[in-house]
Amino acid sequence: MSAILLSLILLVLDHRFHHLQHVRSTLAFLTYPLHYVADLPFTATTWLDETTRSRDSLIAQNRKLKDRNLHLLAELQKYEALQAENMRLRDLVDSSFKVGDRVLVAELSSVDLDPYKQQVIIKKGAASGAFEGQPVLDAHAVMGQVISVTPFSSTVLLITDTSHALPVQVLRNGLRTIAVGTGRIDELKLPYLPTNSDIAEGDLLVTSGLGGKFPPGYPVATVTRIDRSPDAPFSSVLAQPRAHLDRSREVLLVWTVPNQLPAAAVDELDPLETGGTVPEEQTGDEDTDMTPDPMTEASPEPGT
Amino acid sequence: MSGSGQGRLVILATFCVAMLLTILPMPEWARPFRPQWVTLVLIYWTIALPHRVGVGSGFVAGIILDALTGTLLGQHALGLSIVAFIAIQLHQRIRVFPFWQQSLGILVLLLIEHILAFWLTGVTRGITPGMAYWAVPPIGALLWPWVFVTLRKIRRHFKVS
Repeated sequence: MSAILLSLILLVLDHRFHHLQHVRSTLAFLTYPLHYVADLPFTATTWLDETTRSRDSLIAQNRKLKDRNLHLLAELQKYEALQAENMRLRDLVDSSFKVGDRVLVAELSSVDLDPYKQQVIIKKGAASGAFEGQPVLDAHAVMGQVISVTPFSSTVLLITDTSHALPVQVLRNGLRTIAVGTGRIDELKLPYLPTNSDIAEGDLLVTSGLGGKFPPGYPVATVTRIDRSPDAPFSSVLAQPRAHLDRSREVLLVWTVPNQLPAAAVDELDPLETGGTVPEEQTGDEDTDMTPDPMTEASPEPGT
Repeated sequence: MSGSGQGRLVILATFCVAMLLTILPMPEWARPFRPQWVTLVLIYWTIALPHRVGVGSGFVAGIILDALTGTLLGQHALGLSIVAFIAIQLHQRIRVFPFWQQSLGILVLLLIEHILAFWLTGVTRGITPGMAYWAVPPIGALLWPWVFVTLRKIRRHFKVS
């Protein structure tokens, strides 16, 4: 009886108040050996594969990677010029911020967790500087964030988990919204978009950085389906994550440079999205008389 | 309690193996069908040695399993405690059943744990798992005779009582 009561209390504490993070971290530390052993077969086969690879194939791979690296460096030059230009322009309007992020490559553990929760374990922990709430990317886009850390491993909650919500914006017009996980690995939903908001299939969603956890400007997902039913206040929008959530073997842990001036970024974006953001601005506009003119003029355009 | 130290080690080892089987990487299509290994092992020990393995062990195993698989702390603990409780109540009856009848009883126990987990995921995360979810307890029940025989061999070999 007391065991049942205790489990119920634990459930409520963990679900409602998140008081058990320390307990969970301690337990995760204790169960680390089990994770390690379960991952061993995979590590062993990878090791075997690497050590028995022939010299020729290694040389071929090396050559290919060098080629690729050259291409990427050439691309990077272009981006560096663009970044410098962007910073200069931002300096002009007095809202420059630092873009540089520090990253660390971490390998995924092949351990299987609860199949109905979208999370993975990575083989880098507090010893490497990982911390709770740290953003995690793969080579393509945002993957999720670290939710618990042990010295040598950490658990990453993917953006598709139902308990995960991510502040995003549409790259095309800066429209801000929130992407919520659906529990399916290939689907996100944007539940807070009014029916007349300016969004189209194929739009790229990037992080807006407003939550303060994720650095702004990283790709997240592509809009795949929009259902605008006239009787519903919000349209139902589905998006597909750009990150290879179920295929990546290596992920990037990101340390963002602090003080990214979210406030300045918001000011920056507002003129861009007068057409798009309807919910708060318009209801506010109906009360005041002076400010609304440009807004009300602008908003019907994208809607029609 | 003669030789209890060794016995405890053996029981712990079987639980560890069951937990390893729970998190061992499997192909994507097979993941939803993974049997409830820890529950099976727990049921065996509660039936075989009800004076040593009971609700408390179920609770501890459940908490560790929760930490291991990243579920809400207490989800498995609740299910396993209840299963251990019922198994202890019924242990004398289940012991004398033939295998197929035992499997039916085990199926009910596995279902109880599974339905509890189903209900908890629904309440806390709003997910309704697909049809594959309900294939798990029958798979566990089909595996029961092998689990039973294997664990009995281990128990007799190491003279755990």
